Amino acid sequence: MFSDFMTNTWITASVVAIIAGGVGFFVVLRGSSFLAHALPHGAFAGAAGATLIGMDPILGMGIFAVGGALAVTTLGRRGRSDVVIALSLVVMLAFGALFLSLGSQYSSEVFALLFGQILGVSSAEVLPIVVLGALSAVAIITGYRPLLLSSVLPEMAAARGISTYAIDVYFALVVALATAMSVPVVGALLMFSLMVGPPAAARSFFADPLRAIPLSIGFALVTVWIAIAASYQSNLPVGFFVTLVSAVLYGIGRGWFALSSRRITVAA
Amino acid sequence: MSVGFFQSQPVLTALIVGALVSIVSGLVGVFTVLRRQSFAGHALADLGAVGGSAAFLLGISQLWGFVGAGILAAGLMEVVGIKRVQGRDVATGIIFGLGLGFTALFLYWDTTIKNASNAAISVLFGSLFVIDSSVIPLVLALSAVAVAIIVIVYRWLLIDSLNQDLAAVRHIPVRLVGILFLVALALAVELSALTIGAVLSTALLIGPAAAALRLTKRVGVAAVIAMAIAVGSTWLGILISFDSYAWFGGGHNWPVSFCIVAVVFIAYLLSGIALPVRARRARLVL
Repeated sequence: MFSDFMTNTWITASVVAIIAGGVGFFVVLRGSSFLAHALPHGAFAGAAGATLIGMDPILGMGIFAVGGALAVTTLGRRGRSDVVIALSLVVMLAFGALFLSLGSQYSSEVFALLFGQILGVSSAEVLPIVVLGALSAVAIITGYRPLLLSSVLPEMAAARGISTYAIDVYFALVVALATAMSVPVVGALLMFSLMVGPPAAARSFFADPLRAIPLSIGFALVTVWIAIAASYQSNLPVGFFVTLVSAVLYGIGRGWFALSSRRITVAA
Repeated sequence: MSVGFFQSQPVLTALIVGALVSIVSGLVGVFTVLRRQSFAGHALADLGAVGGSAAFLLGISQLWGFVGAGILAAGLMEVVGIKRVQGRDVATGIIFGLGLGFTALFLYWDTTIKNASNAAISVLFGSLFVIDSSVIPLVLALSAVAVAIIVIVYRWLLIDSLNQDLAAVRHIPVRLVGILFLVALALAVELSALTIGAVLSTALLIGPAAAALRLTKRVGVAAVIAMAIAVGSTWLGILISFDSYAWFGGGHNWPVSFCIVAVVFIAYLLSGIALPVRARRARLVL
């Protein structure tokens, strides 16, 4: 489990978990679970398209995830956002299906893109993933205050001259970045789980963001580590364990919250 | 049009099943958009995929897998509290994330144990051309059930969807209406999961309905337009997919699900042209 060929997996998965835990906190705070669910699907289509024309899959994922983020926020200004997200999501997925059918990938490769493949990380992929991860981290830290303010008190943020639309675009781009790096490891369908489960669990313990964010990152790391270990031992898909552990953590978080309900805080 | 389009048995089956599914999706979709339950519809589709992928393992028809899991999921959502299932709700997200995890597991077993190597593509992205014509009566029956539910509770559903306070004043059994609608939604979503795949069925549900509601504010008219757009998109998608065999050197059909979703999306974008005109007349922008 800790042999040489697994080193890449452990490194990238940990980076992915740190970013998912951090970005995910804002996903839960802003109530953007649907967005966090949609963008990874775009990344999946990008990966399939890039493989088709012989490009680096990570580049393809980046282009599609960023394109999806811009499409959702731009169209969302004129249409209703849940309708726009739902439609963008299925269009991107449909392109994924088209690219897959045009190419000659085996079903197992499709499966790996959708549900994650712990052995699928090559040494060449580690550096881009770490760079993208660092970029997302910088983006979150730089935008921390306006993001937090516009998520919690949108009117006050507007009064201070922070454009809600600009924040929406900024945040969608951060989610896109975080997504692009994570799909090869966790899979398109399950990155969502990692971005929502651990942060929601962490929010049940602490309302204070400076304590909830580290806890959320910690939960995400634990989730990914358990999932990789379990997947390695049992030979079952890693995504299954990621969702299972996230759900269990969330259940524990809700249980804790219910027990300590004397605190007057707003649940996620 | 290619020669042999209407002579091909799979195409005929696809046209019939596609039309039935589109009618149900268009009708139910209008209320889904009005009630802002796009996320719930999508979640039901993804949870249906658990059943669809388990069906391969159990050796039962995929349709039963989808429908069974969909109805079960709808019941669960009602217990959890459907009013919260609107995309902001984390609990729904986590439950259906877990559903996807189980889908991953079942698909993995489908491939390794049952050697159904195309299970992933088939469950997630659908394959209208390989549907056996023997399922037509079943699809017809389930479509009829879904349409009947909507027709029977139409007035109640309309009032409840547009104004919940008014519904309460008129003593409408809101909870019953909500449950019945969820069952109809589950049926619509799972039927379209069979045709264009679990992860794409949201397109047929939301796309035509959202486009129709941009064109008219009258719900009954919108439902008719949505059904027409849905049937039109599905048939056009089938035709494009059939004809695409000869494109770009030929030898390969574009996936029918992609063609249908692309047509639906273009229809939605086109409906946006009518929007500024309407928005000036009425402030309600959908």
